[in-house]
Amino acid sequence: MPGPNGRNPHSGAPAAATAYVNARIVDPASGLDIKGALVTEGGLVRDFGPALFKDSPPLALDVVDCQGKILAPGLVDMRVQLREPGEEHKETIATAAEAASAGGVTAMVCLPNTEPCIDDVAGVEFVARRAREARATKVFCYAAATLGAEGKELAEMGLLGEMGAIGFTDGIKALADSQVMRRILAYSRAFDALVLQHPEDPALARGAAMNEGETSMRLGLPGIPALAEVMMIERDLRLVEMTGARFHIMHVSTAEGVDAIRRAKARGLRITCDTAPPYFTLTENDIGEYRTFFKVSPPLRTERDREAVIAGLADGTIDAIASDHAPQDQDAKRVPFAQAEFGVVGLETLLPLSLALYQKGRMPLIDVLKKLTAAPAAILRLPLGRIAKGASADLVLFDPDRPWVVDAKRFKSKSKNSPFDEMPVQGKALRTIVAGRTLYEAAPA
Amino acid sequence: MSPIVRPERAVAPAPAVPFRHRHLLGIEGLSAAEITEILDIADHYVELNRRGGAKSSLLRGRTMVNLFFESSTRTRTSFELAGKRLGADAINMSADGSSVKKGETLLDTAITLNAMHVDVLIVRHPESGAVKLLADKVNCIVMNGGDGQHEHPTQALLDALTIRRRKGRLQGLIVTICGDVLHSRVARSNIHLLNIMGARVRVVAPPTLLPGAIGRMGVEAFTDMKKGLADADIVMMLRLQNERMQGRYVPSTREYFRFFGLDYDKLGAAKPDALIMHPGPMNRGVEIDSEVADDFGRSVIQEQVEMGVAVRMACLDILTRALRSNTPPAEDAN
Repeated sequence: MPGPNGRNPHSGAPAAATAYVNARIVDPASGLDIKGALVTEGGLVRDFGPALFKDSPPLALDVVDCQGKILAPGLVDMRVQLREPGEEHKETIATAAEAASAGGVTAMVCLPNTEPCIDDVAGVEFVARRAREARATKVFCYAAATLGAEGKELAEMGLLGEMGAIGFTDGIKALADSQVMRRILAYSRAFDALVLQHPEDPALARGAAMNEGETSMRLGLPGIPALAEVMMIERDLRLVEMTGARFHIMHVSTAEGVDAIRRAKARGLRITCDTAPPYFTLTENDIGEYRTFFKVSPPLRTERDREAVIAGLADGTIDAIASDHAPQDQDAKRVPFAQAEFGVVGLETLLPLSLALYQKGRMPLIDVLKKLTAAPAAILRLPLGRIAKGASADLVLFDPDRPWVVDAKRFKSKSKNSPFDEMPVQGKALRTIVAGRTLYEAAPA
Repeated sequence: MSPIVRPERAVAPAPAVPFRHRHLLGIEGLSAAEITEILDIADHYVELNRRGGAKSSLLRGRTMVNLFFESSTRTRTSFELAGKRLGADAINMSADGSSVKKGETLLDTAITLNAMHVDVLIVRHPESGAVKLLADKVNCIVMNGGDGQHEHPTQALLDALTIRRRKGRLQGLIVTICGDVLHSRVARSNIHLLNIMGARVRVVAPPTLLPGAIGRMGVEAFTDMKKGLADADIVMMLRLQNERMQGRYVPSTREYFRFFGLDYDKLGAAKPDALIMHPGPMNRGVEIDSEVADDFGRSVIQEQVEMGVAVRMACLDILTRALRSNTPPAEDAN
């Protein structure tokens, strides 16, 4: 683990040895998809395979019968907002960890947009300590790329990286100033640090509430043009080409954005990107009559964009899927649309919404899982998101087909701002295991 | 460690090759033979200065003006001392007290100086190229005392003299220049000189303080200081030139010191007898640890100052040769 917040949260008391039998073990990192068993011990995966326990049943172990369901690496959610410190009425690290476990997420990375902003070593240490105290999901954090995430003065990337920050971003704010961005990207090379960008030209997005187009016109809402995304992506790609930085583009939402990234990757640029379930599940039309739970940043786009995002996921242009978990309380959302805060909670719907790509025949199951596990772990250079002997036993047991209806009232998250409330979905986490310890078990169907 | 002592001579040695330049505007364009000649003569002046007392009359009756558009203590004093030791009338003009502050253009200043019949003009200016502009317009000999981020030739020469006296040579040495290369005229002049003289030059800096095309100057660039210092014979530290920065290039001085400040840990990568140099003024705890700066056995920072006077005397000597052979000093001078 690179930092203190990555430490095994259960190091004080090692988990008992447990055998998971009768499982379908799927590991996207190695391409494995077998029926078999898996043993965890001391927080690590000790062994697994089709022949394990075939002749001699496990003795002196806790045994979990997986009933043929999928045992996969726990989800690595590369972008969440935890609201702690500063907005604990919306979410805390502890409540977010509960939500993560209920959603099959075993590791998550928080954005630095808290109050105060995580832009110094004390902030990184705070998150690490609170995560240790929660003794649950592994929590990592990005530090702000600039002081106060104000986009002006470089943050201490070297010292923050040593303290455990695994990437640098101004989070929900775009790094807009080209000179500052150039310096951030150049400076990051001294430490081979990852820089992440919210790709949106803030001048074009200023004061706007939704995607610019026919719908925003009819609703009479100020719009953010799709151009705001692709312009920023194109500019950043030039700067990345110049500086050679490790660069990640967060939540791509437009067809043009996907295209620009596809072309850059074809040119051999060292870049990655992700998207979030709203962008391949919903469109601007779902906003209906000013439903503020559908107000996200970047905004929901058109059907053409949604299709392009799915195509990007399928052809590998988009590397990963993150929840974009952004808890907001009633006060922040029960206001006129233009005044409402951006964001939706996502930890507890990440798995089923992503699995819909598989159920609708858009992607093989193992590819969907990879975008939730091995791919984000590789981008972040974390030794997670895979099933391997000696690897941390961070696992999710899930039923890919089990139907259920999203009920936001029952979310573990402190905030309930989900646009997916009452939506019928398929695929449910049955058991979530972090460092060999079961943190969550679903009620039987 | 013992300095190489040149045989003593009553007068400066005769030039093996004629010095081809009227002015000293930069290192770029000088030949290895010309640099060697300057260093040889400077060696002679080091000994002369160490003996003390004997003021030369080489430049008696000549006027040397220090025209400094940028604040300076050591360079200006060093030039002044060099001029006075050679018998010249050395006068300081700082931009603060002059008509420059009243709006006079650089070219008007040149015309004024021409009317005063100055023999040698030492110029420091915050703009790159300003010294060349002035040199094109005045009738006297011009020496560059540092122009913007372009060149500071006498600094590179005094650094070379310091190294040569300690190590006996420049050829083949690994010299690592660390710090704000982007804004440093000292770095540029040193890179030129060391390359001309056959040293292997490396630079170490955060990527924000390395010019993108630095590889084209014949150096190896590093962002990891220990790698850049590996087996180095010479470690040259540079100051963060905050006055030349638009916005922030590094996040904080504590981070800078942690990753790019010279301390014993990082110095351990260099050769055990590596010399530590700094053109001054030093910022202790920013680019260099106090203990390292004061390390008696390895830091030659004080020696650099001594070499500065000798090198500037040598430059004045060489550049005024033609002047001295063509025209006698004005009768009324002195």
